[in-house]
Amino acid sequence: MTIMSEPAGLGRFGEYGGRFVPESLVPACEQVEAAFREAWVDAGFRAELHELLTVYAGRPTPITPARRLSAELGLTLLLKREDLAHTGSHKINNVLGQALLARRMGKRRLLAETGAGQHGVAAATASALLGLECVVYMGERDVARQAPNVRRMRMLGARIVPVGTGSRTLKDATNEALRGWVADTAEAYYCIGSVMGPHPYPWMVREFQSVIGTEARAQVETVPDLVVACVGGGSNAAGTFTGFADTTARLVGVEAAGGAAMTNGTPGVLHGYHSMVLQDENGQITEAESIAAGLDYPGIGPEHAHLGAIGRVGYATVGDAEVVEAVHRLARTEGIIPALESAHALAWIIREAGELAGQTVLMTLSGRGDKDMEMFE
Amino acid sequence: MIFTDKSTKKLVPYVTGGIVDGWADYVCAFADNGADAIEIGLPFSDPMLDGPTIQEASDRALANGTTLDGILRDLSKISVEVPLIVMTYANLAVRAGFCDRLAEAGIRGLIVPDAPLDEVGPIRDAANAAGLDLIPLAAPSTTADRRREITASAQGFVYAVTVLGTTGERDALDPAANALASSLRALTDLPVLLGFGVSTPEHAAAAVRDADGVVVASALMRRLMDGAGPDALGAVVGNIRKAI
Repeated sequence: MTIMSEPAGLGRFGEYGGRFVPESLVPACEQVEAAFREAWVDAGFRAELHELLTVYAGRPTPITPARRLSAELGLTLLLKREDLAHTGSHKINNVLGQALLARRMGKRRLLAETGAGQHGVAAATASALLGLECVVYMGERDVARQAPNVRRMRMLGARIVPVGTGSRTLKDATNEALRGWVADTAEAYYCIGSVMGPHPYPWMVREFQSVIGTEARAQVETVPDLVVACVGGGSNAAGTFTGFADTTARLVGVEAAGGAAMTNGTPGVLHGYHSMVLQDENGQITEAESIAAGLDYPGIGPEHAHLGAIGRVGYATVGDAEVVEAVHRLARTEGIIPALESAHALAWIIREAGELAGQTVLMTLSGRGDKDMEMFE
Repeated sequence: MIFTDKSTKKLVPYVTGGIVDGWADYVCAFADNGADAIEIGLPFSDPMLDGPTIQEASDRALANGTTLDGILRDLSKISVEVPLIVMTYANLAVRAGFCDRLAEAGIRGLIVPDAPLDEVGPIRDAANAAGLDLIPLAAPSTTADRRREITASAQGFVYAVTVLGTTGERDALDPAANALASSLRALTDLPVLLGFGVSTPEHAAAAVRDADGVVVASALMRRLMDGAGPDALGAVVGNIRKAI
């Protein structure tokens, strides 16, 4: 029995997960689950996805030894370069899988929520590629601070729905996407961007992202001492960890200090799943606050809650200032500008370098920082 | 039991708890104008199944500092004969002691729209242990098998959702609504009430041709937020009462 296997029952990872959706959405979730189960064991589907990941998304992504930074830190830092995938982040892995599934199910339209805009751009891209309509729900605050991605999505033909309720970030965009889906289940497919949401999404998205960990495991000569990834909802971390959960590698997920559901949250139900969430003493979900829009989320995927509970993955936090410093440091030492989200993992490695002396550290560089340039001006 | 017979058509108006100071006066006004039970929304920060009107009502209530304690305290100061039912989301309903506190305050039923049949078990157990009815929802998309299971385990009444969509006013009642009500009624002796988009006395009259009653929420909350007081809103409820 491997640690990151199929969830039990109705999408349970230990005590976390589930399908907390209105009755009106239950049939749609059941259809997605049935279609995914069928597709995932269909060699034809797997081959088509593999083909797209290879000739379209640019996989496999390389592992880059960060030589100068490694020398400065006194360890061996390897970067899994998801920033080199088409659209600039790991989000394309999941979206190509789900868009193929949507087409296979006969759906005409992809609905997507987005925070930083990386998932929205990936969804708009896959929709264009496969001839689907695309509707992207995005908090008004994120529309303002991630303007380059908004322009990219529009150029790709997506319709942007700015969401002005609540904290006007990813949490509220997700609520609105779920509302949009309830009213449009016949023609629309809800393409969730992370390992969250109702069953089967946390499992399905992890499966589509497992290509990161599978590739990386085959690319490294020996199992690294440590594998590190940033965690918002947690899809790049989940995908990476699948390749190493059964090895001796220590696994660490790094949360934004202002959006650390694993570190500061308590058990609760949000967006269709039971996991750790940030909430006040009355059970109201609180607003995350991070410089990285993609980590500005008060929940975390249920499998992470489980991996944390059983002690297989350690979760840590870093603050905005360390993250900005990490972006600059990677840019100057390696010629790579990471996304603010990805830089959380690096900031933790830099902070802990003294403890990690001599170790081999594999870090997933989940996305590139072009979208964040305005944040540095 | 929230309703003991089906001989009369049921009217269940809704108010968001804590939306304005003195919100409990609306509860009294509804009771005085023919409500058979009253649904009280316990506001949640992320109301997945609510349209713009109830979202705004929830946001306003939370901005006023509304809590479960405050709502139950306000209710303790009024006296109404009809059953009170709380509607809220799973994150609040799964909290330890939640159902006991409702029951101690005299609440009779609980509706949790994001706890479907497969997930509602622990919440229903807690509700029943406290003496509350757990009222399930069914939607036009609900399969025949699930309709049977939902009605078989239903308590109080069955809440039939008129549309595939969120709460909110609509121009017309979806024809699927009456078909859903008829199919559910054939499966249970409990009353089947239609809700979501029942916006006018005409809608209500059309709904009860096949249903045992209606739940009216957004049409009332929009007027409340536009400034209608308890008397004015009570009159709206009274007009719907006459229509059914």
